[in-house]
Amino acid sequence: MNDSKYVIAFLVVILIALTISYFAFIPKTEPDNEHVHDATHSHDPTYVYSDSMTSHFGISDNYSTSDFDPDSYLKAWNFNNLSPEERKRYYRESNLSDNTTLREYWIYASDKKIEVAPGVFFDAWAYNGQVPAPTIRTTEGDRVKIYFMNQGSKPHTLHFHGYHESSMDGSMPHDFVNPGENFTYEFTAEPAGVHLFHCHSTPLKDHIAKGLYGMFIIDPKNPREPANELIMIMNAFDTNYDGENEIYAVNTRAFYYLDHPIKVKKGELVRIYIGNMVENDPINSIHIHGNFFDEYKTGTRNESDAFTDIIELGQGERSMLEMRFPYTGKYMFHAHQSEFADKGWMSMFEVVE
Amino acid sequence: MTSAIRYGSAILPVLLLVALVWIFLAYGPLGILKTAFPPIESVSFERIVLEQDSITIEIINDGPDSVTISQVLINDAYNRFDIDIQTINHLERAKIVMQYPWAEGLPLKITLLTADGLTFDKEIPVATESPKFGLTQLLTFTTLGIYVGVMPVFLGLLWLPFLKTLSKRWYDFFLALTIGLLVFLTADAIEGAFSLSSQVAASFQGSMLVPIGFFLALLILMAFGERDNDVDVTKTGVTKHTLRLSYMIALGIGVHNLGEGLAIGSAYAIGEIALGSLLVIGFMIHNLTEGIAIVAPIAKEKKNSIKHLLLLGLLAGGPTIIGTWIGGFVFSNLWAVLFLSVGAGAIVYVILEVFKYMKKENPKSGYTFTNVAGFFLGVLIMYITGLLVA
Repeated sequence: MNDSKYVIAFLVVILIALTISYFAFIPKTEPDNEHVHDATHSHDPTYVYSDSMTSHFGISDNYSTSDFDPDSYLKAWNFNNLSPEERKRYYRESNLSDNTTLREYWIYASDKKIEVAPGVFFDAWAYNGQVPAPTIRTTEGDRVKIYFMNQGSKPHTLHFHGYHESSMDGSMPHDFVNPGENFTYEFTAEPAGVHLFHCHSTPLKDHIAKGLYGMFIIDPKNPREPANELIMIMNAFDTNYDGENEIYAVNTRAFYYLDHPIKVKKGELVRIYIGNMVENDPINSIHIHGNFFDEYKTGTRNESDAFTDIIELGQGERSMLEMRFPYTGKYMFHAHQSEFADKGWMSMFEVVE
Repeated sequence: MTSAIRYGSAILPVLLLVALVWIFLAYGPLGILKTAFPPIESVSFERIVLEQDSITIEIINDGPDSVTISQVLINDAYNRFDIDIQTINHLERAKIVMQYPWAEGLPLKITLLTADGLTFDKEIPVATESPKFGLTQLLTFTTLGIYVGVMPVFLGLLWLPFLKTLSKRWYDFFLALTIGLLVFLTADAIEGAFSLSSQVAASFQGSMLVPIGFFLALLILMAFGERDNDVDVTKTGVTKHTLRLSYMIALGIGVHNLGEGLAIGSAYAIGEIALGSLLVIGFMIHNLTEGIAIVAPIAKEKKNSIKHLLLLGLLAGGPTIIGTWIGGFVFSNLWAVLFLSVGAGAIVYVILEVFKYMKKENPKSGYTFTNVAGFFLGVLIMYITGLLVA
């Protein structure tokens, strides 16, 4: 008797529990408008489609340091962005008797903290305090002399792509310039093309990933057609040293040209000297929206190698691109490795009349 | 004079330590220590709230140095964000709010990038809208708690009439089985506490909370037991003692279930068991056995009041509901670790009491083969039903 009463009492408890759970689960079995991701969001008057779908992307805040100006880097070579007095400290040019030009450069390596995304700082090794290094630009046949000072904390070198004697290669252990020491590199600039220079100390990957590279352009003796010339180095930064890059960019600062579009004129000839110095990823690319361009691989020949809107570049590879924008407006350009674009290598042209 | 010496010597070491710390901070080698090493940055994720097209993250700096959150990536893409405190000091909390059209049911990876370029990741295996505090969610969690905690315990209690019919030998077998169940629960709770402790911010030393909670519960219950045993001998009979034992078991299981509910609620809240209806069924079967443990001591009483049985069931199962509420809405691994440890300590006390009770009721009962078989059957039942949960 007692037992049956006991069983009934428990059945009542379980019944109550089931009733509660029935009401609790009702909203789940019926279509619940609140939980359906409706693209129009008509039930929510405060929801603005464009706001939340597009403007969420990208970096927060602005760059806080002004020691590197990506706008100025685009069009600077042989220190022509400096005042004449300041420029003399790093660059001098004089005519030689054989009708060629002697170009002398003062390049130093040092440890430098650089801002690679707003508020994110990378302990870089830099030439002349910037990543990428100041661009060196000569004409085919010019005599080049570079006075290199290592003010950094590790042995560094300068290694130029192009013709030069073995002793000027800057790649063998006996070529390494120790901290506090100097070395003078001397060679005749050839062949014409888009080249690079970088540190060749070991481990090679570390010295390049840390920021020791720059653009080296040799113009042909017969000048190219005048153009709006832009210098771009695709680079990346592994800020937490885990073997994967956190930041991708063209000219160091993630998303910089997205917020500060590069201005070009409609119909004018635009010439881009581009190189890839990304570490950790074997391939990088550039894709330009709303346009097609002629590609001159390594800029060494006058015939176009391709007419396309995207090129792939391996590590250390570079190219010269020529194009004209047929319409005004904003046109994106970015790596077509989507991950690189999402992580900073996404930029913008603004085409004006 | 003697008292001055006495109290003086009690305070002196403390005063000297304070002085030493002051000298160390003011003149000591701290400066050298600080500059010799790069900053040790550490950030723990405490809570992630997903709402329609928005993500809110609560983080705590559990490293010794301050941390500046400069950028945030979602699924490896930079995303704009607002943060209430950008430079977070030691043990300070910050809240990050982002607009992001996350996709229901897909994984979500959040990466914080500090000013020094370090990254801190948190992956949500299955993104799902976070529970908001409301009637529907409250009912959902209540139901979850009822299914996982209350119902199985009550179902287990229904074995009472069966237990009543048993001979003394087989009754002891079931008491031994109860001990087996409880031993498994202890190990389960301690294991759960240690594994959750790894998710607690490092500064709170989550794994050290386990022995603290364990011994806190065990020793306090033992002290109460000692006191009550003296009273017991003089004025209470067997009935009160067995009922007290059942309440003890229910309480121990209840505290354990509170920790379990916290873990379930928080896992549900951050989307870790969104696909886990099997997990809920597993817990139901697993917890069914808890009912046997509770009623075993009172099975031999002539009359069992329904009031007490209901209270016992609620005491053991009810905390699961409260646990899922707390876990679902205010989610804290810290509390889950503490409650699981306290539960483990309480259950160990109960094991000792049940064994004492067995010896008292039947001095010949002890390590008989029947009892040893009962014990291992208890462990085995929990192990096999545990396969559904793990």
